[in-house]
Amino acid sequence: MDVPEGLRYTEEHEWLRVEGDEAVVGITAYAAAELGDIVFVELPTVGTELSARQTFGVVESVKAVSDLYSPTTGAVTEVNEALSSRPELVNTDPYGEGWMLRIRVADTGDVERLRDAASYCELIGVA
Amino acid sequence: MAAVAPLLETPLTERHRMSGARLIDFSGWQMPVQYTGIVEEHRSVRSAAGLFDLSHMGELWVSGPQAPEALAYALVTDPSRLAVGRAHYSMICAADGGIVDDLIVYRVAQDRFLVVPNAGNATTVASELDARFARFEVTLDDASRRTALIAVQGPLALEVLGPLTDADVASLKYYAMIPGVVARVEAWIARTGYTGEDGFELFLDWDAAASVWDRLLEAGQPSGLVPAGLGARDTLRLEAGMPLYGNDLDRDTDPFEAGLGRVVKLDKPGDFVGRKALEAIAASGPRKLLVGLVVIGRGIARHGYPVFQPAGHDPIGVVTSGTASPTLGQPIAMAYLPPASAEPGTMVEVGIRGGRVEARTATLPFYRRPSSTEKRPT
Repeated sequence: MDVPEGLRYTEEHEWLRVEGDEAVVGITAYAAAELGDIVFVELPTVGTELSARQTFGVVESVKAVSDLYSPTTGAVTEVNEALSSRPELVNTDPYGEGWMLRIRVADTGDVERLRDAASYCELIGVA
Repeated sequence: MAAVAPLLETPLTERHRMSGARLIDFSGWQMPVQYTGIVEEHRSVRSAAGLFDLSHMGELWVSGPQAPEALAYALVTDPSRLAVGRAHYSMICAADGGIVDDLIVYRVAQDRFLVVPNAGNATTVASELDARFARFEVTLDDASRRTALIAVQGPLALEVLGPLTDADVASLKYYAMIPGVVARVEAWIARTGYTGEDGFELFLDWDAAASVWDRLLEAGQPSGLVPAGLGARDTLRLEAGMPLYGNDLDRDTDPFEAGLGRVVKLDKPGDFVGRKALEAIAASGPRKLLVGLVVIGRGIARHGYPVFQPAGHDPIGVVTSGTASPTLGQPIAMAYLPPASAEPGTMVEVGIRGGRVEARTATLPFYRRPSSTEKRPT
């Protein structure tokens, strides 16, 4: 199971990558595999103010609906529009083309409280 | 705290587990929901063939000189009109006309029938039949826990099964059944299914199921046969417009509401359970109707979501099944709506997470296989 070093992770299986004062957010390969074929992604509009651990959207597989939780507090600066027509990118490339949001991070403390790769691996039970 | 009963396993559960399938609790059974992925399995069944473990389904044998009359009294159809070797789709209703279960009835001999209820209803149907058979000379044998059921479904189902059996499956008609030997195991072979494709269902001995499963998978590989789980079974049946008990059918729904009025044989001789109520419903018309929905806006309509008139305030109906259709590439659903809003092409809105999404009512089924002219007999 792919858990890239250098990203931060939530217990709800979102990942976050810091890029300057912004962060890119998506869901992990583990989450995508657990969900199965992803057929719909609902994301907030640009400008939405999110709080850490607030739901920011949903991801739906053929069988199930799952909430998405923001790893950090901040305003949404960009959403991945490609997912509206190609939600399967979340399955095929969860850390790349399957990204979901860019957020202007309001509090870097939020990011530091997230798990690192080793701790996330422990959570999902992979070595 | 209530004790939780351990999940039942089919003779194939261990194989599913070993193959890496994802197992879920379905009606008290541990069943594979997917092996590699629902969409991939769905597409394999539409284009080649899929192998399903349906051993959780019930198998009830009804035998005796009065078996035809007993079943005609217990069910809404008239099994006494079935020719030996043929089958039909039927329902068992409560006295008030509510659907207790939908089932398939096979006539294997003049005085012997196989009734196949849903897994979750098998015990209820067995005890209902037992009660309804009280004044008939008939025996009921619940063989559910010793009968495995394997389905081969898809356009290449015949190509897969044909070489493995001595039975003339090529000339077996839709909704017909014959005995035969499949991969050295005696089976009842039926040309029935729940996918909208051609296919066969094999009823066989519990302990022999694993060897037949292995042999079919191996022999079917060149044809593209893959194991398919309950996830694909659900999307396949929904595209084919087939209702699922517990979602689209229940005790609070009658056959006319479910669009299955043609199944109810009000013209058959003699009384049957639910006749009075069903006659009244047939005369007055149903209060709601099961319709297809195609979602036009962004979102997937799911079980339990409310349906509104455009800009309407109060819900007029409810979604009973919904998914993203792998074949059509758009979200489809089934919903109950008032007859006035059930006309195909009517615009409605589905309430999804507090918002409204546009949808249009559509004729069922959403998908019909290219060569199919056969309708499910009742």
